[in-house]
Amino acid sequence: MTVRNSLLALLAEQPMHGYQLKQEFERRTGGTWPLNIGQVYTTVQRLVRDGLVVPVPQGETGPAEDVPVERFRLTPDGEAEAAGWWSRPVERGAPARDELAIKLALAVTVPGVDVAAMIQAQRTETLRSLRDYTRLKASAARAGAAEGADLAWSLVLDNLVFAAEAEVRWLDHVEARVARAARAGGLRAKASTDATGASTPSEGATGPRATGDASTHHSTAAPSGRRGAP
Amino acid sequence: MSLGPVLLRLAGVGRTHGEGDLAVHALRDVDLEVRVGELVAVMGPSGSGKSTLLNLAGGLDTPTTGTVTLAGTEVAGMDARGRARLRRRSVGYVFQDFNLVPALTAAENVALPRELDGVAARAARTEALDALTAVGVAEVADRFPDELSGGQRQRVAIARALAGPRRLVLADEPTGALDSVTGEEVMQVLRARVDAGAAGLLVTHEARFAAWADRTIFLRDGVVVDTTGFAPGPDELLAGSTRTGRGR
Ligand SMILES: Nc1ncnc2c1ncn2[C@@H]1O[C@H](COP(=O)(O)OP(=O)(O)OP(=O)(O)O)[C@@H](O)[C@H]1O
Ligand SMILES: [Mg+2]
Repeated sequence: MTVRNSLLALLAEQPMHGYQLKQEFERRTGGTWPLNIGQVYTTVQRLVRDGLVVPVPQGETGPAEDVPVERFRLTPDGEAEAAGWWSRPVERGAPARDELAIKLALAVTVPGVDVAAMIQAQRTETLRSLRDYTRLKASAARAGAAEGADLAWSLVLDNLVFAAEAEVRWLDHVEARVARAARAGGLRAKASTDATGASTPSEGATGPRATGDASTHHSTAAPSGRRGAP
Repeated sequence: MSLGPVLLRLAGVGRTHGEGDLAVHALRDVDLEVRVGELVAVMGPSGSGKSTLLNLAGGLDTPTTGTVTLAGTEVAGMDARGRARLRRRSVGYVFQDFNLVPALTAAENVALPRELDGVAARAARTEALDALTAVGVAEVADRFPDELSGGQRQRVAIARALAGPRRLVLADEPTGALDSVTGEEVMQVLRARVDAGAAGLLVTHEARFAAWADRTIFLRDGVVVDTTGFAPGPDELLAGSTRTGRGR
């Protein structure tokens, strides 16, 4: 649906051929979601089938065209559909399958998984992506004035930035809740061992923990200042 | 960006409050180096030791164990006056609670540390106005702190930390009271100052702002538990620019 609606929106501006549609889509979204040309043509064929798009008759392609490539334009129904997309909110129905959410849900139920270490490793990884997006944004801002396609790309990057930030906040929240649950569990265990006179120490989940090799990723010519550096 | 010499070095730094059973280990065995041109973010839950780390780095507090070296001088070796001078000359500090002097206007607050340092009043005022302009609150220069909004007060505190040639900028939640666009502008100013030849240490709860740093360290119960490591070079980054995240 996204590709279909995007192509309709682009064609509402002017007639285009398939490759042009691919280029315009990618330019305006900063190449964040590359389209393959086959997908563009398949989608356009469906739009033609549904009566939303028609090929521009060859005679009208204009004198400047050396190679006659088939271009497409919207029908009146297509124009209505394109306009409708802007005014209709994007539906947030069933949540997309998210590997991280699923992984964490399973981790808290499968015994023996170090959930805290997993959360920290993930937080570090997400922060790295966040840093990459931020740098791309800063370099985009340096490269040109915030207008047109540059603004568009910068907004796409902002979307990735806010999504990554939300993920980190969610991880903070999960960590705090898991720690609290572990403490409560530990206290209950302690209460019952106290009652029976046994003296097994119960382990909370709040102490500092090993982080595995999470920090070896991206370790470019790092001078020092990292723990464990020689 | 190329990194300059090490400006701040913490080696085996610990800070304990109180003794015996009541001892609070606010920070334990922290090693950290920050170079000129480098911005390091510090993240961690409330009470994990972030402000403690900043206070030690800026010479406002002395470590129980280990050493803090600022621009080649060990901070603990200095007397209180020496430390105060070093702080004024080299360190710009944005406090978590802003710490503006209520009886002084915004511009006077920003100019104060410079004047204390012997800069002539006129020059200090010019610097102050430049710094206020850089953070987007030039129009409030002649207002008193209680006549400012929280976000404006915060930006005045940032201007104060950036006025004059500070080599180390320490910022404790500098974006806390700001909306997202203003927060980003403040990060741009901070980043630009660091790129122009300062070192920066930034405490933040918000990953979006930590992402402006070259690397982030994570504190938990006074211990550094993880770090992002340094950022990849620009080539690697652009090659990966079409990446949208984890496998879908
Ligand atoms: N003067 C003091 N006496 C005793 N304990 C202290 C003192 N100062 C700080 N602490 C303790 O040291 C620990 C670290 O405090 P710190 O202010 O560095 O945390 P923080 O990470 O900055 O938290 P926040 O995000 O809430 O600002 C806390 O447990 C705090 O209670
Ligand atoms: Mg604090």
